Amino acid sequence: MATIKLDAKVPEGPIAEKWTKYRSTVPLVNPANKRNLEIIVVGTGLAGASAAASLAEMGYKVKAFCFQDSPRRAHSIAAQGGINAAKNYQNDGDSTFRLFYDTIKGGDYRAREANVHRLAEVSGNIIDQCVAQGVPFARDYGGMLRNRSFGGTQVQRTFYAAGQTGQQLLLGAYSALERQIGKGAVQMYSRHEMLEVVKIDGKARGIIARNLVTGELERHFGHAVLLCTGGYGNVFYLSTNAMGSNTTAIWKAHKQGAVFGNPCFTQIHPTCIPVSGDHQSKLTLMSESLRNDGRIWVPKNKDEKRAANDIPEEDRDYYLERRYPAFGNLVPRDIASRAAKERCDAGYGVGATKMAVYLDFKYNLVNKYGKAEATKLGIENPDYDTLVRLGKEVVKEEYGNLFDMYKQITGEDPYEVPMMIYPAVHYTMGGLWVDYNLMTTVPGLYCLGEANFSDHGANRLGASALMQGLSDGYFVIPYTIGAYLSSDIKTKAIPTDHEAFVETEKQVKERIDTLLSIKGKLSPESFHKRLGKIMWEKCGMARNEKGLTEAIQEIRELRKEFWSDLKVMGDADGFNPELDKAGRVADFLELGELMCIDALDRKESCGGHFREEYQEDGGEAMRDDKNYMYVAAWEYNKESDWTLHKEDLIYENIKIAQRNYK
Amino acid sequence: MNITLKVWRQKNQNAKGALETYKVSDVSPDMSFLEMFDVLNERLVTEDIEPIAFDHDCREGICGTCSMYINGRPHGPLEGVTTCQLHMRSFKDGDTIVVEPWRASAFPVIKDLVVDRTAFDRIIASGGFVSVNTGNAQDANNLPIGKDQADKAFAAAACIGCGACVAACKNASAMLFVSAKVSQLALLPQGEPEREKRALNMVAQMDAEGFGACTNTGACAAECPKEISLDNIARLNREFLSASVANPEV
Repeated sequence: MATIKLDAKVPEGPIAEKWTKYRSTVPLVNPANKRNLEIIVVGTGLAGASAAASLAEMGYKVKAFCFQDSPRRAHSIAAQGGINAAKNYQNDGDSTFRLFYDTIKGGDYRAREANVHRLAEVSGNIIDQCVAQGVPFARDYGGMLRNRSFGGTQVQRTFYAAGQTGQQLLLGAYSALERQIGKGAVQMYSRHEMLEVVKIDGKARGIIARNLVTGELERHFGHAVLLCTGGYGNVFYLSTNAMGSNTTAIWKAHKQGAVFGNPCFTQIHPTCIPVSGDHQSKLTLMSESLRNDGRIWVPKNKDEKRAANDIPEEDRDYYLERRYPAFGNLVPRDIASRAAKERCDAGYGVGATKMAVYLDFKYNLVNKYGKAEATKLGIENPDYDTLVRLGKEVVKEEYGNLFDMYKQITGEDPYEVPMMIYPAVHYTMGGLWVDYNLMTTVPGLYCLGEANFSDHGANRLGASALMQGLSDGYFVIPYTIGAYLSSDIKTKAIPTDHEAFVETEKQVKERIDTLLSIKGKLSPESFHKRLGKIMWEKCGMARNEKGLTEAIQEIRELRKEFWSDLKVMGDADGFNPELDKAGRVADFLELGELMCIDALDRKESCGGHFREEYQEDGGEAMRDDKNYMYVAAWEYNKESDWTLHKEDLIYENIKIAQRNYK
Repeated sequence: MNITLKVWRQKNQNAKGALETYKVSDVSPDMSFLEMFDVLNERLVTEDIEPIAFDHDCREGICGTCSMYINGRPHGPLEGVTTCQLHMRSFKDGDTIVVEPWRASAFPVIKDLVVDRTAFDRIIASGGFVSVNTGNAQDANNLPIGKDQADKAFAAAACIGCGACVAACKNASAMLFVSAKVSQLALLPQGEPEREKRALNMVAQMDAEGFGACTNTGACAAECPKEISLDNIARLNREFLSASVANPEV
């Protein structure tokens, strides 16, 4: 197979001038030509909806696809805590450089400088754009926007709308998209799943999609194809992703020549509601924003029998505040997750399974909010109950929906007792490798948002996913796509009876027929669960050589079993969620293997990737910059066979250091 | 817990449907209502029966995909809770639970409990937006918006577009859904320039989709999992009336 040469296409010049210069010099497409250029956008979350709307506004002909029944339901909707932007509205010393620096450092020095700096540069524009659309961010009485803190930073730069920021941002992007649909500038295909990329002369020229209601396969042409299909955390079965979130679109693209960047970089979020039993179908996040006001602790005694509220201060171990006094409860996610695991593994966990820690709001509810409200109301020497009552009102306003959700799921009231939380799979930093233009190694095939590998290195900071999705869609791709399409204006729309479309559709149909014809005994769900168990135990929060080697073998065996004993009910001629699931699980079974191979290959610990063999004495991650300061970009050859390419990471503007949050 | 389910089964939009009875045993009170369906569906596969199709995605009560009509109530017995957040501890051992899809002519059944709600998207496309292209925005803090006003807009914007309001209404009216979006944007200065056109267009599209008229019974707000207020409908009526007076030709 022809070896791919990685070229990140980062513009020359000082980092702070690269993007400005690029925008002024990138070739443009004139309005008359834009009308003849067609763009396919797969996925309608923050990245996809914002890209589809923006490109249609510019005059391109856009087709957008989502598997959900409406573009408004993409999983960006569930993001809770907020979106970062270097506005410095709080006058606390924030700047573009600081956001850039925090993001690179938070990612444990495994992200590309130029992309991250661009992200920080456009972050402020995102907030402006969203406000203009009518997104109701939280505000002060004076009418100005409010901010709060997120992990890994010492400034307040996170904008939010209660605990449902993702919902409000997505509904903003969705409204912009619907406006273009109403104008006929975007054709929307909901309940459609992309099942293959169509390549002609080496370029991406369209997709094969399945209409999930009728079961029909459809051919769609595009001069360019944008994959904005989110992360692949569901490879672990249990994650905070939506049930339908999957890897299929990017995995098909990967097998067609798009190299996969850092597949093993997975974010385990420290504050999720713990597993309650075997029936568990998904895990629910409790926003990182709660760590602004919640203190994390476990009992100091292993055999503690008392209820949380009865345990006195001196018997509590606020282990994050103890280990990381500078950042305390607001250390980055990878560090907070590992610290929780360490305490639970050591036997200090709480709850029925002992696999949970407390997230406690009482202290700030009383001392921060209760007292402030009492002062505001002029109540002198307020008693404890008054402070609780006043504090509760403020906490309710900040986090009300999260507290309600916690109560609904667990049956316990977090205003009264501390929450019990445990880490869970939340986000994947890895994804398709893209250059500065967000193009994959397949010409004309782009990848935006969580689906690409680009901005978060080995660990994403809280409230940066929304920022990246909207940055890619609103402010990056509208410029960078011109670099490609300006040279493609002479290409007429290719009719979909072209042999490449016919042949690709045939392959898709054969695969569906194969899935249905195995007629074995086990459901797609059962295979998914078993894969998830392997991944969580051996490629989860802590990894080692032995476990990963075993996992690779186990996944191969499971995949063999899948293709010989799978049972898919129903047929291909109509609405059939079992068939949809079977196809997605088949792709997860291949991706899981690559993740383990990547994790095995990276003999260092960095960010969310923690190899037990490589740790400092205190249990902190031990990076190996000399040998591993690169993006691992995997090229697919054939089943179980990949070639590793390396994009060396060069830091010209940031001093590399061990991450220190102490 | 042992539960008896009577579930609406319907092969496709044109087929005739009927309630089928399924017994589910060993239900844990900590299971969500949808996890009980997962368990049942896994069993049906082993019995060579096609699993029950139902819509669901985030299972966190925010995407608005889940849509079951449980014992005659959209999203089941609890107030302010979506089906996916309903847990079996809200039921008793031995209960019989009837589960049907949303019933509205504007929401045709696709299969079993799954309905087509794209009418809602077309209503938003008719005017549920502020016409601002990417890149045209001024600095966000150049437009101060009082906290009370922002909070009210946020409360209306919290609608998840699930369609429970339509399912709850005896006329299958979509007024609560439409009014939530009209209110959000009418309460904000950004929505001001298109205020009249928006109310007129969205109401016209709602009518064209075949949703019924509003007779102010309040069932929609009572069953809304996000507790969207009836005040929004009052606001929509005002918006629509003043827009109609100002634009007599429409």
